[in-house]
Amino acid sequence: MSEIALPKIDSSILNRKSEIVKKLSKLTNIENVLSEADELRPYETDALSVYTQTPLAVVLPENTEEVSEILKFCYSENIKVVPRGAGTGLSGGALPLQDAILLGLGKFNKILEIDYENKCVVTQPGVTNLGITHAVQHKGFYYAPDPSSQLACSIGGNVAENSGGVHSLKYGTTTNNILGVQMVMMDGTICRFGGKSFDQEGYDLMGLICGSEGLLGVVTEVTVKILRTPEVVRAALIGFPSIKEGGDAASEIISSGIVPAGMEIMDKALIEATDNFSKAGYPRDAELLLIVELDGTESEVNELIKKVEAICKKNNCSSLKLSNSEKERLSFWAGRKAAFPACGAMAPDYYCMDGSIPRGKLAEALLEIKKLSEKYELPVANCFHAGDGNLHPLIMFDGNDKEQLRKTEEFGSEILKTCVRLGGVITGEHGVGIEKRELMCEMFNDNDIQQQLSIKKSLDEKNLLNPGKVYPILRKCAEEGRVHVHKNKDKFPDLPRF
Amino acid sequence: MSTKIKINSQIFQDSNNIYYPKDETEVSDLIRELYKQDSPTEIIGNNSKSFIGNKTQSANTTSLSKISGIIDYRPEELYIKVKACTPINEIEQVLSENNQELAFEPIDFGYIKEGKSNKGTIAGYLSCNYAGSRRFKVGSVRDHVLGFKGVNGKGDIIKSGGTVVKNVTGYDLSKLIAGSFGTLVALTEITLKVLPKKDSSKTVIIYPSNFEQIYDFFNKLSSSSSEISGAVFIPEQSKDKDFVTKKNSVFKFNDLKSNVSFIAFRVEGDKISIEEKINNLKKELELNNSDISTLDFYQSEPFWKKVNNLEVFEKTEHNLIRMVIPPANGSKLCKYLENNHNYFVDWCGSLFWIEVNSKKEEKIKDLKKMAKDFGGYLTVIKTSSEYDYGEAIFTVDKVRLIISEKVKQSFDPKRILNPGKMYRGV
Repeated sequence: MSEIALPKIDSSILNRKSEIVKKLSKLTNIENVLSEADELRPYETDALSVYTQTPLAVVLPENTEEVSEILKFCYSENIKVVPRGAGTGLSGGALPLQDAILLGLGKFNKILEIDYENKCVVTQPGVTNLGITHAVQHKGFYYAPDPSSQLACSIGGNVAENSGGVHSLKYGTTTNNILGVQMVMMDGTICRFGGKSFDQEGYDLMGLICGSEGLLGVVTEVTVKILRTPEVVRAALIGFPSIKEGGDAASEIISSGIVPAGMEIMDKALIEATDNFSKAGYPRDAELLLIVELDGTESEVNELIKKVEAICKKNNCSSLKLSNSEKERLSFWAGRKAAFPACGAMAPDYYCMDGSIPRGKLAEALLEIKKLSEKYELPVANCFHAGDGNLHPLIMFDGNDKEQLRKTEEFGSEILKTCVRLGGVITGEHGVGIEKRELMCEMFNDNDIQQQLSIKKSLDEKNLLNPGKVYPILRKCAEEGRVHVHKNKDKFPDLPRF
Repeated sequence: MSTKIKINSQIFQDSNNIYYPKDETEVSDLIRELYKQDSPTEIIGNNSKSFIGNKTQSANTTSLSKISGIIDYRPEELYIKVKACTPINEIEQVLSENNQELAFEPIDFGYIKEGKSNKGTIAGYLSCNYAGSRRFKVGSVRDHVLGFKGVNGKGDIIKSGGTVVKNVTGYDLSKLIAGSFGTLVALTEITLKVLPKKDSSKTVIIYPSNFEQIYDFFNKLSSSSSEISGAVFIPEQSKDKDFVTKKNSVFKFNDLKSNVSFIAFRVEGDKISIEEKINNLKKELELNNSDISTLDFYQSEPFWKKVNNLEVFEKTEHNLIRMVIPPANGSKLCKYLENNHNYFVDWCGSLFWIEVNSKKEEKIKDLKKMAKDFGGYLTVIKTSSEYDYGEAIFTVDKVRLIISEKVKQSFDPKRILNPGKMYRGV
């Protein structure tokens, strides 16, 4: 990928490295401070691995008080801080800065309390998303948001990104499923928003923090809502002979009043890729595959399945298969869940996009992406969270070919602009990070961005917490779509930015 | 005539300095001018909920009531975009024509204020963020807002969110606006998520014998995979004859024994699954048919309206408290309230509506302490005429107040919009 502008390096901080490391070692256990080159290497990138940077040092505090002390120190010494959860973010939100401390929350890995009476779990932020469900499933409960990285991603990262997943259509995203957070502000202040009860009074600061990509505070504890596992869950695999018919069926299911637990679309390229990869038994002759999952009581699910069947037949589906056991239901999902690795097996590199569009525009968006794929001569495979209009086109390319790299970026950018044109947004669930920073101006005007920046300024007046993420630099994104900086030869490399 | 001239003109102003901007640009011009003049303004919609919160001390009043009308309704996309002060009734009617609804079940505060329906506007709802009985299942008003447009305290028109449900582009300001009582922006446009109406509903009534049993039922109901969409406890409170009379007349239904304490829970869906869920729940709660009564659709619908209209507290002249706590502490609170105040419990044990006699303001202090100790909060929704504001209407801790002040500063640096409506300094 092209080089991307990051905040100007404060060389005085680099020069003080050993002094800073020494001080940090006093604020937490000495083994929790990493500063040697080989120790820092694993932290150079998150899941947007095309960008790498070596942090000044990595600190892995063990409790909230340590986080507070570390932030207080950094605040007083003007040292930038980049928070990091499990490092599975896809938009570069945890990309280190050379003159910043990388604050890893990996040691916050304990579930603190399981409270069935209040239907919640109090957990440290480093616990994985799936870890929460694992802790309560023996009692018939689960945590609803299920990003595809749920095995590895941490709940703290989920809060930072407001993560969703295939079931967010019915059960909402992280913001709808948490009750409270404990957080440390950049100046070291420890605060608590919400708790075990619904709807905190006053400004919904928990709502503001959720999805703020680590720019406003460091979350050190999360209270999540747990739900009862549904009595019956069944899935349907439905093949369609054309993109249009499948897309129309998906929108008709929603407009008929059905709220499926999950509804996914895969195009032909992805059907083939995933079926080769995971042998999921997908209909290879179909141009488009729809997976619809329904949950509830037995008669409720049967009733819904009848309705879904009728809609799909009306829209000329070419095949329709219902899961008759839990094992079969999981096998239907196996292919979809293997979408990313399947693409990884088809090309040296792939670039996963993430935009949202109105559901009714699914077919239009898919056809548009197909045209762009021809224009750029790059193969693309598409999966969609069709229920909520969240699309993930996967562009396949060879990262060693500079020209292909350039084209991939442009292609991706055009897809996201198409999303905005169709009435959608540039990121549905992966976050802005550094990846889509310059596209923010596609969606927001000066006033909108200024308002967001002034919130940032009010809570982190020195702009030390995760600077360089989410908000664009130089105000030229509108013309260029993305700022490309090569070897720091930008026109205004010294301009400060948020 | 420019807004600037209008502001300084007696023709545009009525004697009470009430402004009625007609569109977003006029709101922006007006607030920009007030910003220049350092002249704060109260923000109101249709005045249905303006009694909630502190009295703002401002020279001006800005009524957004003329900013009304549906902009774009897409039933198939499950959203409706409206001008901010579109009446809730108008929105509900349009949605109903397409068999859709605002799932958070707006509370009708008109009954406690003036004894009749006055739901007010969607901007008012968003500003208060008070959802009705279905909240514990579907979320609050804040969970149904997809985006908004409005004017901040400097007069800048700003927006956040959009029309799609999956959106993590920038800070989620819609959440921040929810429950901000008009202190951050003057809303001009709101996009809401709408959901299909359920085919039918039934309500099952249980007559519990003690507080432990109430919360045992609530716990089993909220733990069941046969989902319910409402659960209230209405106590008998036999010591207060007036309350008993009121309660008995409000909940007068053919199939309900209203002269005893009761739990009511609602099941929604298609007719077959309603029966299935009720049967499952009867087994899980170990109920015999002789212990319960069932309200069919035609009784169930008005029953929940009466709950969400707060009709048992119709035209109350006392202080009305809204307290939210984690349900595990509910039975303790019920025991305390039994001998002290009239109340009822919603949200399957979490939400308490409590009436506190006007002469017992110190009681509010006790309740506030209990709310805090139980891990919740309380708000004085309606104050009696004798309330002297010695005890703050909202609950806020020191750290959150400081952060709230900073957030307020970022939207409204000169505190032009509804100053003091929530807390001093905000």
